[in-house]
Formats: sequence, C-alpha cells, structure tokens
Amino acid sequence: MTEPIIKIENLGKKYILRQKEKYITLRDSLNNLIPNLLSKNNREEFWALKDINVSLYDGDVLGIIGKNGSGKSTLLKIMSRITYPSQGQLTIKGNVASLLEVGTGFNPELTGRENIYLNGAILGMKSIEIRKNFDEIVNFSGVEKFLDTPVKHYSSGMYVRLAFSIAAHLSSDVLLVDEVLAVGDAEFQKRCLRKMGQVAKSGRTVLFVSHNMQSISDLCNRVILLSEGKLIGDGKPQDIISQYIDKIRNVADKENNINTEGRKGTGLVKIDKVEFDNLISGEEARIKMYYSSAKRNDKLINCRVAFAVKDLKYNLCFICSTEMYFEDNLQLNPTGILECTINKLPLGEGEYVVDLFFEENNVVVDWLKDSMIINVSAGKFHPGVRQVPKGHEGKAGTLVEHKWSTL
Amino acid sequence: MIKNKNDYLIIKPPSGLLNIDWNELWKYRELLYIFAWRDIKVRYKQTVIGIAWALFQPFVTMVIFSFFFGKLAKVSSEGVPYPIFVYSGLLFWNYFSSSLTNASNSLIKEQNIIKKVYFPRLILPISATVTHLIDFGFSLLIMIGMMIYFKMQLSLHILYILPLLLIITTISSSGIGLFLSSVNVKYRDVRYILPFFIQILLYLTPVIYPVSIIPENIRWIMYLNPMSGVITIARSMFLNTGNIDYMSLLVSLFISFLYFLFGIYYFKKMEQYFADII
Repeated sequence: MTEPIIKIENLGKKYILRQKEKYITLRDSLNNLIPNLLSKNNREEFWALKDINVSLYDGDVLGIIGKNGSGKSTLLKIMSRITYPSQGQLTIKGNVASLLEVGTGFNPELTGRENIYLNGAILGMKSIEIRKNFDEIVNFSGVEKFLDTPVKHYSSGMYVRLAFSIAAHLSSDVLLVDEVLAVGDAEFQKRCLRKMGQVAKSGRTVLFVSHNMQSISDLCNRVILLSEGKLIGDGKPQDIISQYIDKIRNVADKENNINTEGRKGTGLVKIDKVEFDNLISGEEARIKMYYSSAKRNDKLINCRVAFAVKDLKYNLCFICSTEMYFEDNLQLNPTGILECTINKLPLGEGEYVVDLFFEENNVVVDWLKDSMIINVSAGKFHPGVRQVPKGHEGKAGTLVEHKWSTL
Repeated sequence: MIKNKNDYLIIKPPSGLLNIDWNELWKYRELLYIFAWRDIKVRYKQTVIGIAWALFQPFVTMVIFSFFFGKLAKVSSEGVPYPIFVYSGLLFWNYFSSSLTNASNSLIKEQNIIKKVYFPRLILPISATVTHLIDFGFSLLIMIGMMIYFKMQLSLHILYILPLLLIITTISSSGIGLFLSSVNVKYRDVRYILPFFIQILLYLTPVIYPVSIIPENIRWIMYLNPMSGVITIARSMFLNTGNIDYMSLLVSLFISFLYFLFGIYYFKKMEQYFADII
C-alpha cells in the first residue's frame, strides 16, 4: 500500500471531570477559591480516548462502532478539529469535511435559499462551489417551491432534506459522518444511504459512526470497535460486529443481568435487572423489569418505561412502552418491578438486542442501549409448517400474523 | 495546534503561546462575511422596523440625555448646543457598546455551531463587531441631519479622522470582546454582569460630559479608555470644539491595539477548551 490518507498515532483525549455542575460560574469559582487552594487536587481525570492507532488508505470506508461513551464521537470530534487531542498525533492528507449534524447553523428567519449559502459556508464550502451546485442541491432536497420561504415555516421533513442535500454536496478528500442518517423519513434515509454509498465508491475516504449495524455492514469495508476509549477491534465488518455482540452477550449472560456500559440518564432511578421468561416464538412471553431509586422516597410521577427489541443488524423490531398501555401520568413506587406480557411473541428463532429506557417527568433517568442479548427459541407462531422464509433463519425480523388464499 | 504543510493536516495537542494561522484565517474570510451578512439580514429582515429602530434608538437617547443632563443638570457642553454635543458622543459610544456586547455573547450564541463544525473561532467575535457598522451608518445620518439643523461647519479633517476613529473603536471593542467572549464561555454568569459593566463604562467615558471637566492632573487616566480619546476627537472634528489632538489620537490607537493583542492572546489560550466546556 501507499502512504496512508489518515494516520492516527497514540491519540488520546483527557477530560477533567468537574463535580456535578453542568457549567461553572464566576461566582462559584470565587467562592471556592480559598477551599480549592487548601485542598488541592479534587479533580478527577478521565480518558475519553487512549492510545488509538489506526491508518486509513485511499477509498477506505471505516465504520466506528461502540456503546455510548466509548469515545466514538470524541474521535470524530478530534478528527474534525472541533476539540484538541491531549496526546498523540493525527495526520490527514488532503482536506476534511465533517458532518456531525445536518443543518448546523440554519437560521429560521432566513429563507431556504439563504440558508443554503449560510450552511454551505459554515460547512466550509466556497461560495463559487455553492453557486455551482445550487440547482443540484435544490433538486435533491425537493423543496424548490419553498426556496424563498423562511425555513421556520418548513416541516421538519423539509428542513432535514434541505440540510442533508447541502451536506451531501460537500467535496473533500476525507468525509467524517456521525449518524446523520438517523433523521428524516425512511424513504429519505434510503436516499441518504445511497448517496453515502456513491461517495464511498468515488474513492474518497469516509469515516462513519453509527449504531445501525445494517448500514455499517452495507457501507463499510472496515470497522473498528471502541470500548471505554480504547480500540478493541479492527477488521472486517462482519467480524467486528460479531465481536461487539459477543461482548454484550458476555456481560449480559451473568444471571440475566444487563450490560451497563454507556449508561445514560440522570441515574435517579436505575434499572437493575430484566428477566425475560418463556421466550418462545408465538407464545406468551413475560418480561419483568426491576428498578430502584436510591435517592427518592416519594412516588415517581409521570413515568415512561420501555424496552426496544432489535435484531442483530440493529434494525428495530418493536418497542413495548408503558405509555401505550397506561393512562398519562403513570405513577410508580421509587423501587419496584414492572411486568410486561406479550401475548404472542412476534419474533423468529434467534438472538435479539434489547434497549432499556426509563423516564420520569420528561427527564431521562436511565437509558441503556444494547444492554442485553436475548435468545428466542423456535415455536409455533404461524400455523403452517414453516415459521420463517427459507434463508431467513435467525434473521426473520418481526413476525406478523397473516393468511393467504387463492381467489 | 494545527499546521498546514503542503497538503498535510497535522492535529496534535496545542503547544506554544500564540500562533495564529493567518493563512487559514484568510481562507475563511468568506465565512466572516457570511456571518456578518446573516446578522444584518436577520436584523433588517423587516426592513422598515429594522431601520426605524436603528434611527429611533440613538435619537431618543439623545433627546432624553439632552433633557436631563443638558437642560436640568446643565452639564457643560463646551459652547455647542447640548443635543449635538451628546449625540456626537453617543454616535461612537453606541457603536462601541453594542458591538462589544454582541462580540462578548457571540460564542455562547453560536455554541451549536462550535460544537459541530470547525472554523477559526476568531471569526465569530470579529464578525459580531463589524455587523454594527451598519447601525453606525444609520446613526451617522442623524448626525449629519443635526449638523445641518444646528448649522455646523463641516471640516475636511473628517475624511481621514472618521475612518481612523472607526478603526480605533472597532479594534478596541473587538479586543475587549474577544477577551469577554472567552471568559463568557468559561463562566456563564459573566453575561449577566456585562450590561452593568457597560453601563459603568458609559459614565467613565466623556459621553454626557466633556473631558474638560476632569481635573487636569488625573486626566491621563481617561486615556486608558480609548473611547475617551475617540469621543473627544470626534467632537473637535464635528463641532469644532478645539484643535484635533493628534497626540491623543495616537495614544488611543496604541491603547486599542494593546487591548486587541491582549484579547487575541487570551482568546487563543482559551480556544482549545471552547468545544469541551461550552
């Protein structure tokens, strides 16, 4: 191989953890001046990334996977120069465009046309470039008719389409993308994926962070897996995705416990354990969620508790949420067990990934992505002989009751 | 720090005191225009109200100040009518204070962009400052109107003194703005102190009173504030209240450069943390 396009050497990023506050104020700093001088070093260091070494070559499309907080976004942020590394070095040949979000800097008061120029410039396009691509951007977005309407009057779909269209016309040697595809309707998402595929095929080097294993395996020729800031896997998409799933399985297998890495939310209430009973295709499954709150004695108000089931490609199968069953403002004891019954489990034989979610009064208190792997055994969902189509064993997605007849 | 060597981009931990990549800044100049253009566009979107406000605000301030300080308190105005005296001060003061306020809040206001896209951050406070030149232009129209009304002689010095005064005002407000905008990122309560700070500065600057009422032996302190020089010279220029004090012009220019350098220095020092703490 020739020279690498991107060379990451011993890259690390350290954050100083402050106490709970989100930001500091001058007043607090002045108040704490004397105590801080007396008791030195109550600061805690935290390495969001450590000792990362990767080299990428021309035309590589690299997928970055890992749980929340594993350092994926930090890596992308360093590469796009939004934040600085604390150690190591990163060499990139050519120019870089980064898409950590679509529509960055859109101004609601300005029209679609004006926002194309504004957002384009923010993303680093020259105005000549924007003018040259203007018609194409407008066509791709499908908002021609509203070009001279302030974007505050746009529907969220139109807004996202316009934003993505601008971004899709960025020309650079290296493109960094962070889950921007998680927006817009399904049809538009497909278009975005196609566009990304084209970009990748045109020989540019692309780095792509996503939770969706399907798009990762569709687009990338190489995947790296991060965990707690360290690189723990680097290789072919299929191998690394299985490594990732094995990793969840290993932790999750211990007495049906959950993998808590990358846990989000305030932590006021924590989901301690989830039991899946009778996981047989087509039978009644019972799910028990054990939760507890160390800090609260009164009732939890306006709760929303849910779990989502995804296949191993991370396509969503279904979500079960209390809000679909109970009236609004569900009140719960600060510690307790919730049971959910699925009358006829609509999943084929195989493994699935589960996300858990707990919200109190519009505040996310606990959110565990990819917290466990569940194993569904074969059963009789369909009355026929075959339960899943040929060739779809273990990856049938959600099952739906249906009938056929000849007319 | 980041270096562009040929086509290579090298990203590593920041080191060194002050290195500004002028080439890069130049490459991004278009973004500076775009930010300024956006702010102007949004502000004057409703054209009538936008321009009316730019004219109305300094005019009303002038009327109120003239009534209380000129008519009731009888503040000296060096022999010219008080309204035009105070307005010549307000003209530059408004530009200074509004661009300073805008620059100081510029980073916080654009935190979403800072967290998602790279560009030289210096652009934000500087474009926030420059945007207010438009307002200055409108206020200048009132000034011209008042000079005609009060039958003032227009001196030719205006052709080179006015741009110089604008430069001094712009670099001192963006210098202080660069400093305050970075402090503002770190300490979120600074923005609440800022209006108070600017209010105090108004009384420490000879806007509503002439510099001549300050005892001669402590007058030099006034020159730490470049706006003192700017406003005093603006008066000699518009109102012929005295000869143009070139010494004080130079001192103001020098001091404003010092503020600007300090602002840039502090800003660059803090810049590496912006995305992490904003």
